[in-house]
Amino acid sequence: MSTQTSFVTPEAPLKAYASTAGAAISSLSRREARERPRAIASPKDFRTEPGPVRFVIVALAVSFLTIFVVLPLVVVFASALSKGISAYFAALAEPEALSAIRLTLLVAAISVGLNLLFGVIAAWAIAKFDFPGKTFLVTLIDLPFSVSPVISGLVFVLLFGAQGYWGTWLQAHNIHILFAVPGIALATIFVTFPFVARSLIPLMQEQGTLEEEAAISLGASGLQTFFRVTLPNIKWGLLYGVLLCNARAMGEFGAVSVVSGHIRGETNTMPLLVEILYNEYQFVASFAIASLLAMLALITLVVKTVLEQRLDEELIPRDDPR
Amino acid sequence: MSTAVARRTSLPGFGLTMGLTLTWLSVIILIPLAGLFLKTLELSPAQFWEILTSRRTLNALRISFGLSFAAACVNLVMGTIIVWALVRYRFPGRRIFDAIVDIPFALPTAVAGVALTQLFAQKGWLGAPLAELGIKVAFTPIGIFIAMVFIGIPFVVRTVQPVLIDLDPEIEEAAASLGADRWHTVFRVILPSLIPALLTGFALAFARAVGEYGSVIFIAGNLPNVSEIAPLLIVIRLSEFRYADATAIAVVMLLASFVIIFAVNRLQRWAQTRIPAH
Repeated sequence: MSTQTSFVTPEAPLKAYASTAGAAISSLSRREARERPRAIASPKDFRTEPGPVRFVIVALAVSFLTIFVVLPLVVVFASALSKGISAYFAALAEPEALSAIRLTLLVAAISVGLNLLFGVIAAWAIAKFDFPGKTFLVTLIDLPFSVSPVISGLVFVLLFGAQGYWGTWLQAHNIHILFAVPGIALATIFVTFPFVARSLIPLMQEQGTLEEEAAISLGASGLQTFFRVTLPNIKWGLLYGVLLCNARAMGEFGAVSVVSGHIRGETNTMPLLVEILYNEYQFVASFAIASLLAMLALITLVVKTVLEQRLDEELIPRDDPR
Repeated sequence: MSTAVARRTSLPGFGLTMGLTLTWLSVIILIPLAGLFLKTLELSPAQFWEILTSRRTLNALRISFGLSFAAACVNLVMGTIIVWALVRYRFPGRRIFDAIVDIPFALPTAVAGVALTQLFAQKGWLGAPLAELGIKVAFTPIGIFIAMVFIGIPFVVRTVQPVLIDLDPEIEEAAASLGADRWHTVFRVILPSLIPALLTGFALAFARAVGEYGSVIFIAGNLPNVSEIAPLLIVIRLSEFRYADATAIAVVMLLASFVIIFAVNRLQRWAQTRIPAH
């Protein structure tokens, strides 16, 4: 019976999960890699290839990653600092840059906060209870990962735009959603929707319900049980989801670009300002903002690696009698 | 099944959390997506067909799907080589290169876009030597292809890596002891058992490249019919207030990605039946 749903084993959901942006979480399954002894290539091992073949394969892998992944990253910092360190900081101190940073932080706070709350609620319903249609519900939660960012923005234009379903009503009541903070936040919530729920569901399923049931039978209320029993068990998984959700929220470009309207100093987030400055040939300023986002990405990767190690500990099944 | 009943009775909050989940899901995901499909219904089938078969739309779809397919093929081959090097060999900096694979996921797409453009522009670090060879990358379809390769590489690597790590060494030992040379063992024994993972990685990289916007538009040049991708055409139609055109293209792309999700799900099931659980 354990194979009825697709997310019973810890690996299955994480592998199956890797659609579009969300594939970042799929690397969760790599955690296993660190625990298992690897096949170490020694000259006498028949499970390996001849020396020259090994050399060519490693050379191909390393040069491909260097050209396609490392160099673009280096270019960001080199271009940002190409006119010196003072030009770099001057670009970041521009009022336009500061307002973009403020807007990005605000939108990330709104969308991460709401997705955190609803992600935990969704994970509780899906991981702790059995009901028909569970797999389908998880597929629906995953949907934003497979939708083009441009389409994620477009759907809100169709709802709230001047020619959209509710456009006339909104205009009559002087409510601004599109080309304003609410629209940007909505589009960002849409694209980051699955992150928190998806990193919690496999974890909470793996941990089972025994500890919560014990707490309830000892007289704890539902909320007490959640905050005293469940939350401490899932805290690293929760942080993991929040981390990836935040990285995507701050870096989202396509969806936000469609709904923002590009009003300078008002509705430009950091990624949008990178685009505008680049198209105006203000390369230092553009890459200065880009370098902040690149640093965010690098910090996210480092913290993610640390959290993956913590998650190993959380994934130990709790249903085992101790 | 008795545990299922026990769960339902003893833990509180199912009704409340399920209700909130469905409400939030409807508000953020389902109603907006339904709006997209409803908007298409306002078009007559003839209008819909006319939009999709206009020269510019067809070319944009051809460029998006064609180049994504080519990029996913490159990702498949290079991804396999990278996974092999990372899993099977020890070399200096292996752990760092393993971590580097995730950068295309983590780097905001606009940052990747301007960085790749700068790198491959005529005076860029790689663009200048390539220009001397007579190859122009930035602002041509080759540029789109390069950006799609960049964005897709982690999908193949991260899908195949855990499967290669978990591969039972006894299979290889058996093949070797039965007299297969290394070449045969790799191509007849190991690679076939990686096929579901390889195809999944390919499909995910392809899907991502088709929908990709930020990392492509800077390097693309965006000439209609030549280097204009479908997501950009949606944005252009929106800015011209031609909502119907934008919606029709979006629906086609959305349906394509639903087909890919379905294919990936089937692949996962196939993989689970092929590889016996430990």
